[in-house]
Amino acid sequence: MFENLTGRLGRVLDRLKGRGVLSEEDVDAALREIRIALLEADVALPVVKSFVAGVREKAVGQEVLRSITPGQMVVKIVHDRLVELLGGAGTGELELAKSPPTVILMAGLQGSGKTTTAAKLARRLRVREKKKVLLASLDVQRPAAQHQLEVLARQAEVASLPIVPGQPPLEIARRALGTARREGYDVLILDTAGRLSIDEALMDELVRVRDLVRPHETLLVADALTGQDAVNTARIFHERVGVTGIVLTRMDGDARGGAALSMRQVTGRPIRFVGVGEKLDALEPFHPERVAARILDMGDVVSLVEKAAETLDKEQAEKLAKRMAKGEFDLEDLKSQLQQLRKMGGMGGILGKLPGIRKVKKQLEDANIDDRLLIRQVAIIDSMTPQERRNPEIINGSRRRRIAKGSGTEVSEVNRLLKQHRQMRDLMRQMRKAGGLQRLLGGRLPPGLPPGLLPRA
Amino acid sequence: MSGEKIGWLGRLKAGLQRSSSALKERVLGALRRRRLDQETLDELEEALILADLGVETAQSLVASLKKERFGKEVSEEEVREFLAERMAAILEPLAQPIPHRERFRPQVVLVCGVNGTGKTTTIGKLAKQAKDAGLSVVLAACDTFRAAAVEQLAIWGERNGVPVIRGKEGADPAGLAYTALEKARAEGADLLLIDTAGRLHNKQALMAELQKIVRVLKKLDPEAPHDTILVLDATTGQNAHAQVEIFKSMVDVSGLIVTKLDGTAKGGVVVALARRFGLPVHAVGVGEGIDDLRPFEARAFARALLGLDNGG
Repeated sequence: MFENLTGRLGRVLDRLKGRGVLSEEDVDAALREIRIALLEADVALPVVKSFVAGVREKAVGQEVLRSITPGQMVVKIVHDRLVELLGGAGTGELELAKSPPTVILMAGLQGSGKTTTAAKLARRLRVREKKKVLLASLDVQRPAAQHQLEVLARQAEVASLPIVPGQPPLEIARRALGTARREGYDVLILDTAGRLSIDEALMDELVRVRDLVRPHETLLVADALTGQDAVNTARIFHERVGVTGIVLTRMDGDARGGAALSMRQVTGRPIRFVGVGEKLDALEPFHPERVAARILDMGDVVSLVEKAAETLDKEQAEKLAKRMAKGEFDLEDLKSQLQQLRKMGGMGGILGKLPGIRKVKKQLEDANIDDRLLIRQVAIIDSMTPQERRNPEIINGSRRRRIAKGSGTEVSEVNRLLKQHRQMRDLMRQMRKAGGLQRLLGGRLPPGLPPGLLPRA
Repeated sequence: MSGEKIGWLGRLKAGLQRSSSALKERVLGALRRRRLDQETLDELEEALILADLGVETAQSLVASLKKERFGKEVSEEEVREFLAERMAAILEPLAQPIPHRERFRPQVVLVCGVNGTGKTTTIGKLAKQAKDAGLSVVLAACDTFRAAAVEQLAIWGERNGVPVIRGKEGADPAGLAYTALEKARAEGADLLLIDTAGRLHNKQALMAELQKIVRVLKKLDPEAPHDTILVLDATTGQNAHAQVEIFKSMVDVSGLIVTKLDGTAKGGVVVALARRFGLPVHAVGVGEGIDDLRPFEARAFARALLGLDNGG
């Protein structure tokens, strides 16, 4: 339903190809598209507005790199700015207190994933930092919430505070703190009931808990699927209880995650972790670059563009792209691709930068890509006659033996290369029909196939 | 109008009050100039986007306003009425409670959605309503994945005095659904509500698990589940489109319930979803209490969203 930003900007700015400097009109046209793209990614409107104003300032008058289009140039500026804003102020690990226990308070709306995150955090601290962790749930609202944390604590192999039925949150907090001190825990993580930011009574309760336990970290747990409301929630929680960091959950979903930027901007606090699955080890540090690319829905296209601009012989690339678009792809084309690939830092380097690549990560690992292979494959093609390169169908058994001998390889390798070429050619044709790289990568990659440098859609 | 009716309208309005008054302010601010010009329209569009209607729906609503009123002198009231009418017209045909299908005993209602939207709580509230309406209800705790999810539903069962069919943690949810339908049938129950684990719609294995539940139910009753409800969180933004689209294609969702409308979230994505999918909206959740599940009233929702009085 949503076109990605590179596509959008391409449409608007392609006619400007060849200009040296971004004019005000160019930038304004691009910014209209950026505004929509960000809103569709659920970045909150006030944040979008200030962001766009910031980008405008940076973009007008910028020199366009010779090798890329103005559209790509704007995307690069937008991307860099996003990374800057998402990151900054340090991210990553929690600040642990000099004298234990470190107290971590979890807060957020209902259903944002506080309990699961509390357990994930506990596990992470136990495994990576070798800390002795105590989990305690102050959630007396949701039925069985305390029991849920108890079960998760067992799974995370950390201790949980024994449940005393009917005890109010403040009492539980006091008891938890006492236990943590007495029994020498390094970290105490307090899970709390989900609450609406406008629920005065429950927010007051949270403030009282905070005042009692004086947490070193108060983490706002928020759902990456959140829409425009992200700013309200983040602002009110921050105003009322003072957030020190954000954990963004459900990043394993397909939401674009604009809430990350909204919350980061409104609170000025770092996003510490992202939740990427239901298992307890599915908690990762936050990577601004990845999330920026995701908000823009474009993979790491920008740095791909940069790298390509440095090394690609543009004319040759255009020729190749044209042939591919027609569904033509012979061994000569494969060879020039393999050579380009070597220049660009090998297969792994390129593939990691393409959008949608996470989906095929597994296949890539299976494909067992070896860059030395590229050299041998070029040698195989070099041992062919021009006629054979243009028309691989004529390569029979005796030709195969000759080629293997000439290139110092085995017939099986020649066969593999030919099969690979065949699959790639089919892939090109398929792609031509399917209409683009994104959709293709959504499907599958033929096994054992280094797909070469696929043309950007 | 009965006292009870005023009661719930009041609650819905109270629930929507904060979101609507914020939106109202923006619309009011937008119209101080009185002449409907482009700048005003832009600001109106932004107000709608802030309510999570999405760019496309906001633009289309504003375009219809522009078409009819551009350049004319308009009052704030008129513009709000106009937009509310448009939204109400989209939503009204979709405001349908879960149909009571007497010919099925039990009527099987499968409840699904992504994690944390409020499926279990919603089932607890639905069970209460059905019980109050004199139906015999059975709950099936098929969220065998999340820790203590079964206990959570069991507590709702206790509160409502309805039986909960449960298995071991980690049990096959499809097998459990089958057992639950068998038991509900044997007991002559009117309604079987099936709770499922939260799942992100882009996780194929989990979606296949949900499809298996449906497949297995059909072995006992080829028409089951008779209703498949997707529970949507009102704080969700544009990703709601993907959720509805994929759940619908996988398990043929027949209706929506929108939860957490008592917060600051505007829930405007419902308007966009209505335009795109036309799925009935059965109910809205406006709080954690057992009585906080309300019928979806399109006109009241649209008007409340724009801060208009719901009198009459």
